[in-house]
Amino acid sequence: MAGKVKWVTDIEKSVLINNFEKREWVQVTENDDWNFYWMSIQTIRNVFSVDTGYRLSDDQMVNHFPNHYELTRKDLMIKNIKRYRKELEKEGSPLAEKDENGKYNYLDFVPVTFMLPSDYNLFVEEYRKNPSSTWIMKPCGKAQGKGIFLINKLSQIKKWSRDSRTSTFVAASSGKEAYVISLYIDNPLLIGGKKFDLRLYVLVTTYRPLKCYMYKLGFCRFCTVKYTPSTSELDNMFVHLTNVAIQKHGDDYNHVHGGKWTVSNFRLYLESTRGKEVTSRLFDQIHWIMVQSLKAVAVNASPSLTSSTANDRILKYNLINDTLNIVAPNGDVPDCRWNRSPPREALGNYQVLYDEELQAQSDHGERDLRTRSGQSLGSKGTKGSAGARPPAATWK
Amino acid sequence: MDDGSELSLSVAHIVRRLKGSHLHAQIERRAKECLHQPEIRLDSLREDVRRFLRTSGWERQLQNAVYRELQVQRPPSHPAAPLEHLKEPLAYMRKAQACWEKRVLKSLNSMSAELGVPLARMRPAAEQKELTSKWNEMGTDEPDLTSFRPVFAPKDFLEVLISLRNPNYDSSEDVGVRSHWGLIQVPLDVRDIPQLRRAYAELNLTTGQLGIDDHAHIHPDLFENEYLQIGKKVVVEQDSAAAQQYSRQGCSTGLRADLWALILNSNNQPQDAMHYEQLTAGVVQHDLLVDSLIYKDVKLTASNDDYYFVFEDFLYQVLLCFSRDTAVLEHFKYNSATPPRSFVQGKGEDEECAVVYPPNGVIPFHGFSMYVAPLCFLYNEPSKLYSVFREMYIRYFFRLHSISSSSSGVVSLCLQFERLLQTHLPQLFYHLRQIGAQPLRIAFKWMVRAFSGYLSTDQLLLLWDRILGYDSLEIVAVLAAAVFAFRAENLMEVTSLGSAEAVLADLSTLKVMPLIQIFLFATAI
Repeated sequence: MAGKVKWVTDIEKSVLINNFEKREWVQVTENDDWNFYWMSIQTIRNVFSVDTGYRLSDDQMVNHFPNHYELTRKDLMIKNIKRYRKELEKEGSPLAEKDENGKYNYLDFVPVTFMLPSDYNLFVEEYRKNPSSTWIMKPCGKAQGKGIFLINKLSQIKKWSRDSRTSTFVAASSGKEAYVISLYIDNPLLIGGKKFDLRLYVLVTTYRPLKCYMYKLGFCRFCTVKYTPSTSELDNMFVHLTNVAIQKHGDDYNHVHGGKWTVSNFRLYLESTRGKEVTSRLFDQIHWIMVQSLKAVAVNASPSLTSSTANDRILKYNLINDTLNIVAPNGDVPDCRWNRSPPREALGNYQVLYDEELQAQSDHGERDLRTRSGQSLGSKGTKGSAGARPPAATWK
Repeated sequence: MDDGSELSLSVAHIVRRLKGSHLHAQIERRAKECLHQPEIRLDSLREDVRRFLRTSGWERQLQNAVYRELQVQRPPSHPAAPLEHLKEPLAYMRKAQACWEKRVLKSLNSMSAELGVPLARMRPAAEQKELTSKWNEMGTDEPDLTSFRPVFAPKDFLEVLISLRNPNYDSSEDVGVRSHWGLIQVPLDVRDIPQLRRAYAELNLTTGQLGIDDHAHIHPDLFENEYLQIGKKVVVEQDSAAAQQYSRQGCSTGLRADLWALILNSNNQPQDAMHYEQLTAGVVQHDLLVDSLIYKDVKLTASNDDYYFVFEDFLYQVLLCFSRDTAVLEHFKYNSATPPRSFVQGKGEDEECAVVYPPNGVIPFHGFSMYVAPLCFLYNEPSKLYSVFREMYIRYFFRLHSISSSSSGVVSLCLQFERLLQTHLPQLFYHLRQIGAQPLRIAFKWMVRAFSGYLSTDQLLLLWDRILGYDSLEIVAVLAAAVFAFRAENLMEVTSLGSAEAVLADLSTLKVMPLIQIFLFATAI
């Protein structure tokens, strides 16, 4: 007989605790025999560090995978993607196809990026090909927009050169990079003249086989100030960065709506101004990128659970609710032997992003290049046979 | 007057309207140019030129222009009808409108006097330069607007409508069950459900609709895919009338922008872009008092809206230009309203020195920017956005804040709403009346804005599809009644106006087409 799920958390957020309480789960401490532990990043790090060698028992579940620390750092993410691409190329996988200019047909979703200081010389070589370009520097271990800045002159980052005597960054010996530097995309899609980014929630229940779900109610976050590519505004972080954490301190930040749109608003806007086909293709490509990134084991795993507006709190509460319904169906105590493919009705506002098990059950090898309705991705994707539609994976 | 002479009157009227227009000049030029072509023969000149104009699409454009004239301004039914009858045939309505206008103007003038802000002033050069550089981000400007009040709010206007009386109508015989329980007490002819069923036949339960039959659980092959193909053909054909007919069942999101532009005959003419540029120059040169009203309205309404806050800057770019657009004055020929006049300082009160203020004759009120906001989801190029908005205003929106007997006018809509409710939900109406919650007091603000800001954007656009498709605002009154019908159960439980308002405060989850369809076609009569 299933007992009540025993839960622990070290994050005092109402969206979590209310969800546990409404399922009448029992709160315990971490020293007790817990089933479900919603851990903060620090705790995950400690619990799963190489030294402790902690292993979950069969009836225990946590909210992050142990290797997640490898996922949250930008340098590791880049390394994973680059490695993933090379592996596919070695295998001769059609996914790793390149065009006549050497660009990946299906895996070109990260701008040119280097790690600093280790790739400094490679970066300089690339920079010199186009010295008027702008690049964005992001510290590897930080989130919420902290420490990010733009550069357009080599002198601005000379201090990160590996050989520099005045190098100020630490841990060259630990093998950890300080920054990643990427080519800045200065012609982003603007809405109402403003730049925005997409905050989408993805739940991964297993990596092997890969099962992941995307929350349908993601959102766009808008910059409060009009976007201008002019170089004089490079220092104005309100123009370029869209993390709410930074926008909150801008003068024009509006606390009623928090500068956000739902993804469905965004979709309506795009369909209305650009047409349905282009919009469908965009969303298919976004989903594609998510799946490929997960496959490369490269995903940022620490969403903010702080709610900035009332609407936001409701969204996050529902998000956690739907998440718990998927990972702990019927509110039962976890059992690692479960078949983890929930039926469609149990998904709530999640939709299946990718289910490797279900994919494997239908027998076409070219499947990976296709999304629903047999359309191929990207403007160059006209090759390949008309594969069968992946079963059970409808985006609607 | 027999049909023949009425027709020739209409033809003469339309010819007069289109003569000398840009389209006329273009067609003439093309016709002259085509004379060089080998297939044009002297002995069959007329037919050949006409064929040429047809195959090159010019005849279609002319057709659309004629259609537009028929829609926007019905030709006078009698050559001797005075001009004011075209604006508004009923004398008591004209009088009420004139009174209301006086009040609004007085309010504007006293604001100007109190605050010491002139109605208009020329900007000094430095200010002009600054505005030009900030043209795309006027939203970042934070002028001190605390002392500006909106010239009027919808509820002020409602009080005026409630007090309207037809002096020729003796309603004392109508006491009792046949009397009207609502607030509007003028006997206008509004359609009831049987009549609406005939007029809005395309909305019936057996006809496919966007907003119903494109739901995620319904396979697209059952309706949506084919409907989309038809829509694409309509766009390719560039036929206004076809687009309008099509829109009755809704417009697919990818085609809507093109379809609405077709229906409104707002095609990308270079002179439209030029005209818009001139208007922006006008904004830079002069500062108007109404500009502050516009700023305040945008800041209070659109900037706080979950959907429309993104477009704040576009709204300024459209509305400030709109205020200066004298082309809008045309519509006062068929609007019961008359543009306010003001006198240029220093020239005395000589009629000849009167100017229309603001230049377009329309004084914005609280919520005005919400007429523009939904269009920002369709058009992201300012001059196109402007052009579509202006056409929507001079066809539909002006009727929502002027006093007239038009069936699309706000008075008729209010009366229709109340009658529909009283006829089909008498228990509810009676109950609400008893607790001091007259339904119109709640529904009025929805109707004045054609539901903008109350529905989610996708639903609002589906509603406006039908306004365009049926060339009437009646559907707004129908929806208002349908909303009450939908929430009837909860409303029967409330005991105060405040709690009734609370039940109806949030319409953002409503799906409009099912509500309208059920109300019109599934209500027992």
